Amino acid sequence: MTEKFDAIVVGAGPAGNAAAYTLASAGLKVLQLERGETPGTKNVQGAILYSDALERIIPDFRNEAPLERHIIEQRMWVLDDDSAIGTSYRSEAFSSDRPNRYTILRAPFDRWFSEKVRAAGALVICETTVTELLQEGGRVVGVRTDREEGDIYADVVILADGVNSLLARKAGFHGELDPRNVALAVKEIHFLPEETLQGRFNIKGSEGVVIEIAGAVTHGMVGTAFLYTNRESITLGIGCLLSDFKKTRVPPYALLEELKQHPAIAPLIEGGEMKEYAAHLIPEGGYKAIPKLYGEGWMIVGDSAGLVNAAHREGSNLAMTSGRIAAETVIALHGKGLPCSQENLAVYRAALDESFVMKDLKKYRELPEVLHGNPHFFSVYPKLFNRAAHTMLTVDGEDKHSKEKTVRRSFVEQRSLLGLMGDAYRMWRATR
Amino acid sequence: MHIVVCIKQVPDSAQIRVHPVTNTIMRQGVPAIINPFDLFAIEEALQLKDRYGARVTVLTMGPPQAEVALRKAVAYGADEMVLLTDRAFAGADTLATSYALAQAIRKLGEEEPVDLVLTGKQTIDGDTAQVGPGIARRLDLQLLTYVSAITDLDPGGKTIEVQRRSEGGVQVIRTRLPALVTVLEGGSTIRFATMPNMFRAERQPVQQWNREQAGIDDVGKIGLKGSPTVVSKIFTPRAGNRRAKMIGAEMGSAGEVASAVLDLLGSEHPRFARELGLAAP
Repeated sequence: MTEKFDAIVVGAGPAGNAAAYTLASAGLKVLQLERGETPGTKNVQGAILYSDALERIIPDFRNEAPLERHIIEQRMWVLDDDSAIGTSYRSEAFSSDRPNRYTILRAPFDRWFSEKVRAAGALVICETTVTELLQEGGRVVGVRTDREEGDIYADVVILADGVNSLLARKAGFHGELDPRNVALAVKEIHFLPEETLQGRFNIKGSEGVVIEIAGAVTHGMVGTAFLYTNRESITLGIGCLLSDFKKTRVPPYALLEELKQHPAIAPLIEGGEMKEYAAHLIPEGGYKAIPKLYGEGWMIVGDSAGLVNAAHREGSNLAMTSGRIAAETVIALHGKGLPCSQENLAVYRAALDESFVMKDLKKYRELPEVLHGNPHFFSVYPKLFNRAAHTMLTVDGEDKHSKEKTVRRSFVEQRSLLGLMGDAYRMWRATR
Repeated sequence: MHIVVCIKQVPDSAQIRVHPVTNTIMRQGVPAIINPFDLFAIEEALQLKDRYGARVTVLTMGPPQAEVALRKAVAYGADEMVLLTDRAFAGADTLATSYALAQAIRKLGEEEPVDLVLTGKQTIDGDTAQVGPGIARRLDLQLLTYVSAITDLDPGGKTIEVQRRSEGGVQVIRTRLPALVTVLEGGSTIRFATMPNMFRAERQPVQQWNREQAGIDDVGKIGLKGSPTVVSKIFTPRAGNRRAKMIGAEMGSAGEVASAVLDLLGSEHPRFARELGLAAP
């Protein structure tokens, strides 16, 4: 086949769709290839949609996109075996006419996004796997697919093929994923009548609640859990680093089962009908694990590029933003008649560095290492905090001064004074 | 040679559930697919095209979304696609559907005479196997149902030879064209689309025909008005609770076992026994 495109986008997730939509809207000749039967069938996310990133691509998305609930309240819980301590923030301001975050279900959302890509003029071909990148003289010139006569050429190939990015690995752009840099997350969707859901979470209309969870449920592994309210369902999931799963040999589904039985969680999902189970890898290596993002005739975006802010559970917004910026880079070069050479594509990395994407990842660059080195953050502290709360909130004739002493002693016994100070320093350093 | 393949977009019945209270089909979230038997018809058409050269037109009647099914057929290698879509077609039973499709095929024949019409043996949602024969009757085509293979075709001499599954064996039938063949499952599975055909399927416009464009004047013959079939009730059959009886193989001769079976039938179903002339116990 001799057909040539201005750009080929591999993958139809948030990053790929953002790139393909932006390119096609600017009038470029775009081919998007997706291995799933339809866009969305292979894609897994929690899922929270951050409005800002999408708004910069499709400003009026709220009128058309299939959204579940807009988030007005975020709770953070730290669990012990049968207790939970936590904080929450709730605000009516999040119910403005332009809410900041939504829960979504990826299957319908991705279908919608892909329709927008098609309508913008991109050629979207599904059920087609890109098997390798075509290279000539060290330059990527196109892709080879699993179909007959399946070589297709383009000025630039944007890799949005997901966390594993087999293509980038095969082409030697980055190495094998380090299990310390990837989380394995599992989730279930439980259906509940809308009124039940609203009652349980103290919400009305399309308001929604997010609960981020850490503590005993991860068995001391580096990881967290989450509970999201959808329109008529609850998404409940848990994820830990792959390297920790390997060490503990705890099966992920067992963690999820324990989470569902926790006394703080069980009443929230009671009576729900489980409709969906999914598992996915999340690149959580952060700034230091980011591979080379561009080269001669290629760029890499989204999960494939490891652009996930694990500390804030943001990923799809980084994906969309990187896809958009990659596309804008190509559009600018195309407009000037310049080739998509490594030198010219450096603009992509520079623009990413200037955006919240790299600034945020850089801020937390030490976090993965600190968490690896301090497993007690996920085992010792949740217990200590829960017990402290229990001590202080139990009225039993003991005076408050003595209670405080008991609490202090429990901390010092577990971590020593120096240990506590070290932990505080390490957390500060990891998140400054 | 001009081949028309009639296909239908159906809900994937493997994923359908019946609402426990209302007994209606819950279609929400059920993916739409090409009727699996029609895939074998498409593949037969494409193999004839490979062997003898042919223009393959895929035809369907349905809502605008049905064009997805047509595009898929073009990705496999079909040449043209026609979608009959009009509110007037809604609610059609097999009689009305076969009329509308027959009219459309007649219309297609004006451009280039149609030599062969292919369909799947039946759809997985209706399971009637009536539309194919209905079209054949209306267009006066030779009808070959339950065909497992098209073994020979002579485009010049206008003859076709097929293998047809029948009770207890395979019939080899030769007849003249134009013919309508309903294709069984289990022949050649559908091919993997080539990249150029994937592109063509996305880019080629679908011919959308409404009632007038399909050459239909009589509204009384299509849609709900043209459908004498009445679905009076839908229900989920109760799971049977039948007992099984083992009649001892230790009893010896076949004759003894047969007598034991007849005795048992006679005692359980006296009327059956009377009709067979068996002595009531």
